Amino acid sequence: MAVKVLHHGLATTVQDLGRPGYFHLGIPVGGAMDRYSMRAANLLVGNDEGAAGLEAVFLGPKLEFTEDALVAVTGADMPAKVDGVLQPGWTAFKVEAGQVLSFDFLKSGARICIAVSGGIDVPVALGSRSTYPIGALGGFKGRPIAAGDVLPVGPGSLASEGRTVAEELRRKPGTPAELRVIPGLYWHRLTAEAQQNFFADEWRVAPEADRMGYRFRGGRKLEFVERQQPFGAGSDPSNIVDSCYPYGSIQVPGGTEPIILHRDAVSGGGYFMVGTVISADMDLIGQLQPHTPTRFVEVTMEEALAARAEQAALFEKLRRSMNWQ
Amino acid sequence: MTTRYSFGGDEHLFVECSEEMSLEAFFKSLSMVNGVRESGIRGVTEICPANASFQIKFDPDTIHPDDLLKEVRAIEGAAEKAEPVIKTRIVEIPVFYNDPWTHETLMRFRERHQDPNGTDLEYAARINNYASVREFIAAHSGSPWFVSMVGFVAGLPFMYQMVERRRQIEVPKYLRPRTDTPRLTVGHGGCFGCIYSVRGAGGYQMFGITPMPIFDPTQTTSYLSDFMVFFRPGDIVKFKSIDREAYDQAVEDVDHSRFAPPIREVSFDLAEFHKDIDGYNAKLEGMLYGG
Repeated sequence: MAVKVLHHGLATTVQDLGRPGYFHLGIPVGGAMDRYSMRAANLLVGNDEGAAGLEAVFLGPKLEFTEDALVAVTGADMPAKVDGVLQPGWTAFKVEAGQVLSFDFLKSGARICIAVSGGIDVPVALGSRSTYPIGALGGFKGRPIAAGDVLPVGPGSLASEGRTVAEELRRKPGTPAELRVIPGLYWHRLTAEAQQNFFADEWRVAPEADRMGYRFRGGRKLEFVERQQPFGAGSDPSNIVDSCYPYGSIQVPGGTEPIILHRDAVSGGGYFMVGTVISADMDLIGQLQPHTPTRFVEVTMEEALAARAEQAALFEKLRRSMNWQ
Repeated sequence: MTTRYSFGGDEHLFVECSEEMSLEAFFKSLSMVNGVRESGIRGVTEICPANASFQIKFDPDTIHPDDLLKEVRAIEGAAEKAEPVIKTRIVEIPVFYNDPWTHETLMRFRERHQDPNGTDLEYAARINNYASVREFIAAHSGSPWFVSMVGFVAGLPFMYQMVERRRQIEVPKYLRPRTDTPRLTVGHGGCFGCIYSVRGAGGYQMFGITPMPIFDPTQTTSYLSDFMVFFRPGDIVKFKSIDREAYDQAVEDVDHSRFAPPIREVSFDLAEFHKDIDGYNAKLEGMLYGG
C-alpha cells in the first residue's frame, strides 16, 4: 500500500509524536505541531496514536491512493475532497484505490493532520518517523514531501469508517488567541514596566512563523534593567551566555519581537528568554495564522498543571469516545 | 558563582550555574548534570548541558516541579566539591581559513555586518588587536578549544578558547543574522567559536571552513558510522590551518571513507591547566601528535 504525491501543498511533512531524547545534541523533538489533532486523527482511522501521518500548513497536498484506505483530517478547517467530493473533518472516511485526496482552501487554523489507516511507514530514525528538515533526518528522505514521491503505508484496517470526534472535543484557539505563560528564565532582565507591557499588549503573529519558532509583532519594545554584560554573553542587553532553550520558551532578540520556540526548536543560543508557554497551550500555537491577534496571559505553576490535567482529561474523553463506536 | 533556578513552563527546570562564562562554571554545571543523571530522579526525561547552565526536561505527571527542584538543589552542594577533572579526547580539525565559500557568503550579507567594507576575518583581527589576518589565524589555530556545549542545531559545538581571558578572541554577532551559512563554516560570536554542522541561518562571524563533516544523518561517513553526531561536551579541539590543496584532498578522502581525524584519549584537569596554561596546552598537543 502506498500514497503517490501528485502535489506537495506548501510544506507537508511526515510527523508523529516526535523523537525525545536528543535535544542535548541539538536534535529537537519534532513531531506534529498540534499533537492533540495528530493523536485524534490516528485514533479515528484505527491507528496507534503515535503512528506517523502528514502535517500540512496553509495548503493541502494532492494524494493518489494505490489501495483502499481510511483517512481522517483534523486540526485546521481545510475541507478534504475525494475525487472532488467534500468529506467531513474530524471523521474517518474511505478513499478507494485510484482515488485522489485533495483539499479545499483553508477556512480557519493553520495546520491539518492527515492520518491514513496503517500509518505512513517511512523508516524510523532515532526512534521516530518525524521529519527534521534542517538535519535531513527522518520523514521521507529527511525533507518535506514533493510531487512524484511514493509514500509507503503500513497495513491498516477499514473497520472504523464513519468514526467521528464530537464538536466539543475539537480544540481551537480563540480570538484573540490567548497563550498562557509562566514568566521566568531571564524575566528579571526586564524593567517592571516592560514586564507589565509584555502581558498588557496585543501582539500579532508575524509572517516568520514556522515549526522552529513563531514570531510576534506589535507590542511595545521591551526595556532592560541596566547592567554590565557578563563575560561571554555578547554586547547587546538581550544577550546571555549561550544556554539551553526550553520548548515553548519566548526569546526577544533586541527586546522587539518575541519568538516562541516550537517542536523543531534550536536547542540553545545567546538570547534571553522572558518565560515559557505552558505545555497545555503548545498545540494551539501550531494553529495560528500570520496576523492573528494574540495575548500572553500570566499564570502560575499550579494553574499550568491544572490546565495540563484538563487537556489530558479532554484527550481521555476523546479516546473513550472512540472505543464506544 | 551563584546558582539560579527557574522553571521553563511546566516541563523544564533551568539551572544557571553562573551568569558569566568560565571553565569553572562549565565544570560546576557538568558536575551537577552528572549528579542529576546518577541520582536517577523519577520523572526526569532529558538533561541538556550548556556552557554555564543546564536544563532538565521532566514529566510533571510523574513528579511535582517543587519536588524536582528540591532534589536538584540537594545535589548542588556535592557537585561544587567535585574535582574538575574529566577523561576526554583531543581531536585535530583542519580549517581552510579565508576560503572562497564563506567569503562569497559574507560578501552577500555585508549590509548586515558591523564593517561592510572589510571581511569578517579583517574585522575580528582588528578589534582583537592583531596586526594582520595572518596573526589572527595563528592565534585562532594556536591554542586548543574546549567544547562547552553541543546544540543550537544538530551536533553544533560551542567552543571556549583555552587561553587567559585577556587573550580570548571576542567578537559581536552580525547586526542581523544571515539567512545562509555554508555547512562546516568555522565561526565565532561573543567568546565562543563554533562549527556550523549544517547549512542554514547564523549570526556568528565566519573565519573559514573545515572539510570534516561533524553531523551525518546517513551515517556513511566512516567515523560517524556508530553515531551521527561527532562532538560531545568536554571534547578538546585543535584547529590546523590548511590550504586549498589540502582542503580538496581532505574532501576527497571524506568522500572515499579514507578521512580519519587524529584523535587521542586525554584527561583534563582544570586546576593543573590554570597553573600553567601554555605549558598544559603544549602537553595536550604533545599527546595529540605524539605516539
